[in-house]
Amino acid sequence: MATHTSEDVNEYRLVLEGITKQYPGCLANDHIDFKVKAGTIYAVLGENGAGKSTLMKIIYGVVKPDSGRIFWEGKETVITEPVHARNLGIGMVFQHFSLFETLTVLENIALGMNKDDAKDLDALAKKIVEVSNRYGMALEPDRPVHTLSTGERQRVEIVRCLIQDIKLLILDEPTSVLTPQEVDTLFTTLHQLAAEGTSIMFISHKLKEVQALCDFATVLRAGRVSGSCRPKEESITNMAKLMVGDETPVSHDYQKVVGGDDFLRVVDVCLSTDNPFGVILKNIDFTVKQGEILGIAGVAGNGQSELLAALSGESILDESGKILFPETDLSEQGPHIRREAGMAFVPEDRLGQGAVPDMSLSDNGLLTGFFQGMVKKGLLLPKPIRAFTRNIIKKYNVKCIDGNCMAKSLSGGNLQKFIIGREILQQPRCLIAAHPTWGVDIGAAISIHKALITLRDRGTAILIISEDIDELFTISDRMCALFHGQLSPIKPTADTTIEEVGRWMAGVFSDEEHHQVETLS
Amino acid sequence: MMKLKLEVRGYDSTIISYLSPVLAGLLTILCGSILFYALGKSPTQTLYTFFILPISDLYGVTELFVKAAPIILCATGLTICYRANIWNIGAEGQLLMGGLIGSWVALNLLEVEGSWVLPVVIIAGMLGGTAWAAIPALLRTRFHTNEILTTIMLNYISLNILLFAVHGPLKDPGGYNFPESALFSSSETMPVLVEGTRLHFGVLLAVLAVAITWVLLSKTFIGFQIQVLGKDARSAHFAGFKESKLIWIALLFSGATSGLAGVSEVTGPIGQLIPTISPGYGYAAIIVAFLGRLHPVGIFFAGLLMALLYLGGEMVQIELGLPLAMTGLFQGMLLLFLLACDVLIRYRIVLDRTKPQETIATTNLNPASGE
Repeated sequence: MATHTSEDVNEYRLVLEGITKQYPGCLANDHIDFKVKAGTIYAVLGENGAGKSTLMKIIYGVVKPDSGRIFWEGKETVITEPVHARNLGIGMVFQHFSLFETLTVLENIALGMNKDDAKDLDALAKKIVEVSNRYGMALEPDRPVHTLSTGERQRVEIVRCLIQDIKLLILDEPTSVLTPQEVDTLFTTLHQLAAEGTSIMFISHKLKEVQALCDFATVLRAGRVSGSCRPKEESITNMAKLMVGDETPVSHDYQKVVGGDDFLRVVDVCLSTDNPFGVILKNIDFTVKQGEILGIAGVAGNGQSELLAALSGESILDESGKILFPETDLSEQGPHIRREAGMAFVPEDRLGQGAVPDMSLSDNGLLTGFFQGMVKKGLLLPKPIRAFTRNIIKKYNVKCIDGNCMAKSLSGGNLQKFIIGREILQQPRCLIAAHPTWGVDIGAAISIHKALITLRDRGTAILIISEDIDELFTISDRMCALFHGQLSPIKPTADTTIEEVGRWMAGVFSDEEHHQVETLS
Repeated sequence: MMKLKLEVRGYDSTIISYLSPVLAGLLTILCGSILFYALGKSPTQTLYTFFILPISDLYGVTELFVKAAPIILCATGLTICYRANIWNIGAEGQLLMGGLIGSWVALNLLEVEGSWVLPVVIIAGMLGGTAWAAIPALLRTRFHTNEILTTIMLNYISLNILLFAVHGPLKDPGGYNFPESALFSSSETMPVLVEGTRLHFGVLLAVLAVAITWVLLSKTFIGFQIQVLGKDARSAHFAGFKESKLIWIALLFSGATSGLAGVSEVTGPIGQLIPTISPGYGYAAIIVAFLGRLHPVGIFFAGLLMALLYLGGEMVQIELGLPLAMTGLFQGMLLLFLLACDVLIRYRIVLDRTKPQETIATTNLNPASGE
């Protein structure tokens, strides 16, 4: 084990030495060394499952390492719990926010504080306004959290950290919930914080953002540090190779096409919701043509789940709407009939919606593949079921022992390949896919994209709903965005820009309105 | 200090899931022995009387199957429900209703001869149980009523309807006012399979039910859908399986098998309708379903074990004067230990060594104090 002289340790704000954490069946962190200086922005890069989140949780005191040492400001420290970490000056913004929707911004922030600090709410409210304005993240302390957008909620989480004396701020994939414009604002704030001496650890797998923001990047792969670099001096391809290894291709361009006839027509679909925090769909109108990919962008929680449920038949539409495929109105039919008509679906949640965790892959193949000659007079036919599953595993390179593995034993990316393969192998005439490469490693993402393009070229109408705007620009032929349950205009991908789609994601749908906003500000 | 703690295995242990019922059985016997010892009886003799003596001859073995048949029948239906995540506690009520309706039809056909009479009576009993199970099915699918509550309440209702019938309309007019019906005719009773015993045709029906359940669960698409619904209702919804249809099928199947259990009892070993046609078979079947790992073959053997508890309980009462409550006590212990052992399927016991420094400190101290 490397030893540090005390001087060496003192130079850094945080030093991690040989951090190891073993989970059952998975070595999440394997002797990780890491050093953090004051006023510097560090990127922690890595695929899903590379061990980034575990490492951050260890620093924040949520998880205890099995071995290894942590030095905080030169002194060896055992961080026992998040409260301890906060008292040391470490703040963390998680990917999933921990806010109470029914409480106000002020109440939410007060809840996370020490008893004494939270006593004087008026003083705290003033401080919130002051801190949030200083860093360009305006917040109203009295707004209930459920009225805030996702970007604003993230501000609450960040301000919550900034209100105490912060020395190290950890952000776990903060940009995945933001529009491109919101990302720019966040980066300005982070640069300002770093200039004032705060150390920042920025977890991401989006290389462009890392390049724009970070001074130093450490890449994790399979629980180990696989390399480090200065992102501003390094090419994106090289960084990607550090993440996934040399053998996988890291990018690909696809030709854009103009589709054939209108195939899936969604006319004036409205959906009300019982969930008080759910989104209502308002007069959604679009068509997907034969042999094209239509991409719907949008920040999570703007009606994507509701739209998917309406298209798959899991939710029942309000009366006005029609789903025509190609000529028949399927709006009153359940998922079963829609599948029979040739539609296939890749759902949002792969475990517990797209696949049954406690069932084998064969059974999960049967789950939606039952029209592929696997059932005869109500009896299961084991041979076609096994053959179908073997076919998926082989064609889509699903890493597993065999078709008898439980779905839950597969990694997220492999299960996603399985589900995509299952739906594509049914040779659907229309495929509706949600977040097809969410949490999937780059290599797998490219093979999924290729499979989708092949399916498109065979004439299938494909609708992709994704939060990853880069992905949509890569594979879709036409694009639009969903905001608060409303659909933006649809344009061919070649005729639009990332800025325009970003404006759609923020709810600015017309060019005129955009000009207005510009002249006003 | 070293402590024992539970640690997540990260995968489910298949070995333990089969071993767990065996372990639970051994623990039950161990605790039973301690109990017998505390009551001043010899544990070995009592255990022998409880578990061996009842099946020490051919008659005993046939009695075991006679006792097991209704329990196994109820448990097969419950298995289908539990696989679908429908918490049907109502096998007892469905059994009583099957017995009652079967008896009513049998009493109306007392004077009729013919080989079709018994099948008609049996089918009537099954329909009775099915109709009774249709009530919670309707309430669940139409009004989202919790089936645990409705099925338990319906058990008491059906018991009281049975008591009313046997004290009133179905009472034997020539029976000196005893609360029991007339004896069924010979063409209405289950044929006996082995001369000199009570082993009747209903036992074969129970075996048949086990086979049908096995086919349903492992070979049919409906069975597959039922299991998907039970394991992950959202996936079932996504795949387009119709939840309410599956709930109806599972509950009606359970009603049919439990009703068959009831009508087999009244047309089999009992031969008439009496107030106590079931000593709680429908409840014992819940334990049997879980003890048998919700698998038809497992249920068959678990049903035999449960029947042995009933026979053994009677035997220790007769031979050693121990209270009949022993049966209930053993059933309860078995379920408790089974649930406790099932924890080990997902968790393992490990020594907690999170504070190694302290351990080193104490070991260092010991030789020092020794010197």
